[in-house]
Amino acid sequence: MTTIRHGLGDGAMIVHRNLLQLRHSPGAIAGAVMFPLAFVVLFGYVFGSAIPVGQGANYREYLMPGLFVMGIVMGVTASMIEVAGDTGLGVMDRLRSMPIARSAVPFGQTGSDLIVATATLVLMAATGLLVGWRAHNGIAATAAAFGLLLLLQYAMSWIAIYLGTLVKNKETAAKLGPLTMPLTMISNVFVPIDGMPAVLRFLAEWNPVSAAVTACRELFGNPGVPTGDATWPLAHPVLATLAWCAFILAVFVPLSIRRFARPY
Amino acid sequence: MEIVTAEGLRRRFGRTQALDGLDLAVPAGTVFGLLGPNGAGKTTAVRALATLTALDGGRATVAGFDVARRPAEVRRRIRLTGQHAALDETLTGRENLYLFGRLFHLGRADARRRATELLERFDLAAAADRPVRTYSGGMRRRLDLISSLIVPPAVLFLDEPTTGLDPRSRNEIWDTIRELVTQGATVLLTTQYLEEADRLAQHIAVVDHGRVIASGSPGELKAALGGRIDVVVRTATDLGTAGGALNAMTGATPEIDRDRLRLSVPFSAQSTTLPGVVRGLETAGVEPVDVAVRLPSLDEVFLTLTGEPGRTPEAVR
Repeated sequence: MTTIRHGLGDGAMIVHRNLLQLRHSPGAIAGAVMFPLAFVVLFGYVFGSAIPVGQGANYREYLMPGLFVMGIVMGVTASMIEVAGDTGLGVMDRLRSMPIARSAVPFGQTGSDLIVATATLVLMAATGLLVGWRAHNGIAATAAAFGLLLLLQYAMSWIAIYLGTLVKNKETAAKLGPLTMPLTMISNVFVPIDGMPAVLRFLAEWNPVSAAVTACRELFGNPGVPTGDATWPLAHPVLATLAWCAFILAVFVPLSIRRFARPY
Repeated sequence: MEIVTAEGLRRRFGRTQALDGLDLAVPAGTVFGLLGPNGAGKTTAVRALATLTALDGGRATVAGFDVARRPAEVRRRIRLTGQHAALDETLTGRENLYLFGRLFHLGRADARRRATELLERFDLAAAADRPVRTYSGGMRRRLDLISSLIVPPAVLFLDEPTTGLDPRSRNEIWDTIRELVTQGATVLLTTQYLEEADRLAQHIAVVDHGRVIASGSPGELKAALGGRIDVVVRTATDLGTAGGALNAMTGATPEIDRDRLRLSVPFSAQSTTLPGVVRGLETAGVEPVDVAVRLPSLDEVFLTLTGEPGRTPEAVR
């Protein structure tokens, strides 16, 4: 009983620490606020003026689910950089040498990531509403879409902390960040997949980002959901996204906890 | 009573045998110095003792608990201060200490009180509410050190606590470490500086290639390792006279730098003292400009112990 209480308490302290850090970094907060605004305006109006997404459909309605997912991927990169910095400075070593619950650091880190991601999603949704994006399928479907986004965020956050402890260096981690670009670009975030060359199209169809974006479009009732014979993940986007999340969590939760719990 | 023991520790990283049968026995309540060049295995040894690094072979205990089998018990009794200041740069000094206090399961009020106490005692009260990124290198190290003291440990591991610090900060850290020991802690510190080990430690183990190649009290080690006498004289004729005198004192032939009018000679006798050398020179009729009796550098220690020069310590960061 004491062990569980301490475990939760330790995890909560790590969350507290990360959020405290954020409070001291007005730059990071400004970035988090500006990011959705800038993206909605940039992509919504610049790309939107040239990209046709189907008869009479509003590009910003098409775009918002994609930007939600893209925001999540970028947030996860930030978390990897943070963990890599902490590892490099020896913060992780110090925490690992302390009598705290072994799972406190990874659960605390992913927990605070989730809180930050929730705030970012709320901001993005508000910005979306301002530019004409709407959720058309009622409260339950809308809540399910946001739930799915947060689940995806949580799963990816576990990849981020695992990679962060491996990289051990803020600068290197920052350089790895742009590698997530193909993940968001070779997908249906910005443009319909149909027009892509065969190889890219195959990658885009099986990209978990595409599945998640399609799932959100379906649940929000936004344009861009494939009709007719789509590849399995895009024909069953909610199921595919849940499967991806389950797979990522099953692999990276044990790997990350091991990284903190065992000597190496 | 030994509070930290290590028998035949082995660990390989790829092609590097970081620990190659390292033995240690650290008596409780003392400062124990692990001296060696970069890459000697000091950090790996400390990390293994702090339950962070797994061992390929050998056995280590802290306060009687096996490091591999009872890591939770070990962690309850140790603190680790690594080579970098493991602090949250964006948080203030007080917040850093408070968070560590909470992680050691102190209540809110206790954690707050303890943070204030330590900041005052170790002269950081004025900077307590500034973010750590505005601290000087010495202040960071000091904060890093005292964050290990929030709940006092039985054993404190300090991995190169003064590497990269200016001499004044180094002195401050030394004072802090001395004060820790008066409170009953055992300190195991690693260092590349013989002077640091000599000033702080009651026992020194010299480490090279993952093994202890010499150990003893600083006095014993110095008797074995000797030191150097450096003399600067006024005129070229003095060089010859002083050389003869130094040769008579040490039995060794001095190296002479004619341009700078300098002589340098190794000595091994523990009885060698600065006044003794000055008296010897004056008796020979030389009035030296400068005389220094100094400990050997780590390079010279390795030359003496292994017959090969030590790997040069990495440039000070």
